[in-house]
Amino acid sequence: MIKVHNLTKKFGKLVAVNDISFNVNKGEIFAFLGPNGAGKSTTIKILTTLLHPTSGTVTLDGHDAVHHPDEVRRSFGIVFQDPSVDDELTAWENMEFHGVLYGMPTKVRRERIDQLLTFVELSDRKDSLVKEFSGGMKRRLEIARGLLHHPKVIFLDEPTLGLDPQTRNHMWSYLKNLNQQEGTTVFFTTHYMEEADRVADKVAVIDHGKIVAQGTTDEIKQQAGVDNLEEAFIKLTGHAIRTEEVGAVDRLRAQSQMWRGRRK
Amino acid sequence: MRLEVLYILWLRQLKRYIRSRARIIGSLGQPILFLVALGFGFGPIFEQAGGGNYIQFLAPGVIAMSILFTAMFSGIEVIWDRQFGFLKETLVAPVSRLDIMIGRTLGGATVSVIQGIIVLGITLIVGFRPTHLLLLPVSLGFMILIGVFFTALGTAIASKLQDMQGFQLIMNFLIMPTFFLSGALFPLEGLPGALSIITKLNPLAYGVDGLRGTLINQSHLGISTDFIVMGVLTAIVLWIGTYLFSKIEA
Repeated sequence: MIKVHNLTKKFGKLVAVNDISFNVNKGEIFAFLGPNGAGKSTTIKILTTLLHPTSGTVTLDGHDAVHHPDEVRRSFGIVFQDPSVDDELTAWENMEFHGVLYGMPTKVRRERIDQLLTFVELSDRKDSLVKEFSGGMKRRLEIARGLLHHPKVIFLDEPTLGLDPQTRNHMWSYLKNLNQQEGTTVFFTTHYMEEADRVADKVAVIDHGKIVAQGTTDEIKQQAGVDNLEEAFIKLTGHAIRTEEVGAVDRLRAQSQMWRGRRK
Repeated sequence: MRLEVLYILWLRQLKRYIRSRARIIGSLGQPILFLVALGFGFGPIFEQAGGGNYIQFLAPGVIAMSILFTAMFSGIEVIWDRQFGFLKETLVAPVSRLDIMIGRTLGGATVSVIQGIIVLGITLIVGFRPTHLLLLPVSLGFMILIGVFFTALGTAIASKLQDMQGFQLIMNFLIMPTFFLSGALFPLEGLPGALSIITKLNPLAYGVDGLRGTLINQSHLGISTDFIVMGVLTAIVLWIGTYLFSKIEA
């Protein structure tokens, strides 16, 4: 379903992703792990056509991400790490907007919006502006939106960050269900190793732009010679705490917090 | 090009505008201040100098001003969309960048023209009287051109900016000079050489002149010249804006 071959991405002199290759099969739940700044987000951006690779190829569902971006875009749904819903629109309007962009016929679109909003338990709030929502509610809305157009792959970039255990469980049970019923491939990143251990069929660990281990969770543990994924992860990637450069967007976010105060 | 995509992008801009009442009211403060303070303040001098009724002269300029500001801000909103992540939602969708750019621009332009019409209403209260009611549709045409031009320009600039750091720069070195050197506040006849050249290069000068020509029959350059220049410039800036927007990487 996802094929990454000798992928490299450079930003000037910085090599964010260094010659990585991996495959994700159809219907797999795949965890992409790594410390901060290891190259996870860059890889996801390339997989989702937001960035062009410096070299190497990426194919999704048989389509090349550089040459056929629209086919690729139709085949996946994504839940970003940062909220990406429009605060000034209602939950329903955000869904409607998404459905129209993906060219869904009106009838199918409306039915599916109702279904998904009910599933994420937001149907009673569908006409509320998203800016009144809590972080968890926004996340649920984003998940519903990402699934609206029946994607073959769903990307989730740290989907459970800041969610309470109830929401987290609910979310994973739905995703697993979807994975089993419809064969949707799930590609996610997380910092919670027990989560990866529990839900993922396969795991890849990336560090300093290189893949340092991949396989089933058991294989990874065996390779590191320990019996849980967290220890294996630390063994593979070391104890040093990583620093990430603060991007322009983070600075802007901080500024707007000062101005508006109410945003979390 | 998919019309439903353009429509939903346009609708989004419009909904955001209508829901931000504070923004609508706030953005009316400036034109009202200009009309009242400058209009009545400079009125007697303008009349003594043989310029006629200053409110009549000023009103088209203030209408153009409100469209300029609203349109530029709508364009620059791309930066906010980038910040709040919504831009990514549109960029990963199977929609061409051209459609996104056009839809957004039409939305921003519509909002700015609505703003212009509200200001036109206010000028009527203050005492402005258009002399050419038949040419009102042409005035609307000029308002649309100004709106599209500056929304596209704002979008083009915002495509190259990562955050609001450069915003002050744009405000002071682009928006303000564009406004003050457009003939919105004073006649362009008999200006010193250098200033006269700058105003000739200012797109808004043609928009203001066209508005004044159609509303009170006082055109310095000729309505058809104004229309052609604005039309061609709008096409060019749309093209540049689309190119820059298509290069956006999130």
